Amino acid sequence: MAETLLETPLASLHRELGGKMVPFAGYAMPVQYPAGILAEHLACRSGAALFDVSHMGQAELVGEGAAGALERLTPADVKILKPGRQKYGLLTTESGGILDDFMVANLGDRLFLVVNASRKGVDLPAIEAVLPAGVRLNRLEDRALIALQGPAAVPAVATLAPAIASLGFMGVTSTEIQGIPVLVSRSGYTGEDGVEISVPAGQAEALARALLALPGVSPAGLGARDSLRLEAGLCLYGNDIDETTSPVEANLVWTVGKRRRTEWNFPGAERVREELDNGPKRLRVGLLPEGRQPARAHTPITAGGAAAWETVGEVTSGTFGPSLNGPCAMGYVAREHAADGTALDLLVRGKPLAARVAPTPFVPHRYAR
Amino acid sequence: MADLKFSKDHEWVRLEGGVATVGITDHAQTALGDVVFVDLPEVGREVAAGDSVAVVESVKAASDVYAPIAGKITEVNTALPDDPAQVNSDPTGAGWFFRIEPADTAEIDALMDADAYQTFADSQA
Repeated sequence: MAETLLETPLASLHRELGGKMVPFAGYAMPVQYPAGILAEHLACRSGAALFDVSHMGQAELVGEGAAGALERLTPADVKILKPGRQKYGLLTTESGGILDDFMVANLGDRLFLVVNASRKGVDLPAIEAVLPAGVRLNRLEDRALIALQGPAAVPAVATLAPAIASLGFMGVTSTEIQGIPVLVSRSGYTGEDGVEISVPAGQAEALARALLALPGVSPAGLGARDSLRLEAGLCLYGNDIDETTSPVEANLVWTVGKRRRTEWNFPGAERVREELDNGPKRLRVGLLPEGRQPARAHTPITAGGAAAWETVGEVTSGTFGPSLNGPCAMGYVAREHAADGTALDLLVRGKPLAARVAPTPFVPHRYAR
Repeated sequence: MADLKFSKDHEWVRLEGGVATVGITDHAQTALGDVVFVDLPEVGREVAAGDSVAVVESVKAASDVYAPIAGKITEVNTALPDDPAQVNSDPTGAGWFFRIEPADTAEIDALMDADAYQTFADSQA
């Protein structure tokens, strides 16, 4: 069953930089470079890290009524999004699960979408299926996506493109970096200030090299991306959210627009409304294990101590947080065990590991204002 | 210093004065990446060859460490839980995991020598 892995436009650069390539969502992607996950993670928190996220799906919705069309699949308020602004949202299923999480930006004459690599084959056909006449979905398969994240990211890239410095958090602009036309959003998946840069595939390597040449910038792989996003309390689709978890259970109610909560006209609205009224059965929470041992995804969560073990949930993501210098995790627990500070046990290899429910992010966000 | 012998589970074994010291190989620590946690066996435990007796975790993943030979655990590296990075910096020295009193030293003789292990590790890459 040897499936051919896809490559991003930066594949040869990754190999030149010593990237350790692994399969991810059908792509060969660097999990780390010779510096290692720990060093790459810390370099992002202290300086700037460059991530290739070209495997993610990029698309645009063009035509009168594009925002309204997208709202047929998401509880987000897309119509309220002003030109030059981006927001995070969820695509939902008819049964109130999460089809994917995504970013949408208003570029004035069109909407720009970024969806997960593992879900683009599901999302984009689902969007196309609800489009009215006059609205068109363009898959931007000829574009790469590069994330530059960390406190030094914007100061560094702004030396090449000054317009980026004046972007606010979740602001979007078209500009040029060393003559390369790019679409830049001030956002990311690390909890740090930074940008994600959409660039034509043919110029992606030149852009990446220009960014890597800036002071304080080093490459980072998927390993560091995962530990950074987990410390920042951000969900990974397929781990922390999926078609079985609702926006309420996932503690992502803030992505449901106010207006949408009066209209109830998005897929799965019935479940979301019921859970908002009566409370969900389970909730996504942050978990801090005692000591240094990480608890990984699928670790059972128990309550009641040694006397009366009762399984009350499951870890969905867990790692050792390099900035935290300790383990951190998230998972779903029955609502009565979801309050911050609740003592629980994580059954790691059959042995209870003491942990507490903790607020996220574990490492404070440092987004631009 | 006695020669190292190697298991197919990427442990090394050094027999000195009738006691075998065990750790994970340089190849294994490289594959694993930065080690952030180790869980060591109880001293006095009787183990069979192939038993999972310790755990080593990096940021990315957890791996079992197996007893390469049968015997009794006589000592563990108590410095390791507080400084697991020694597994990366000195895998066959300060990064040792545990010592074991072999039930039968012939089990050690049967393990791979350095050349055979190198060939084995390369074949897995």
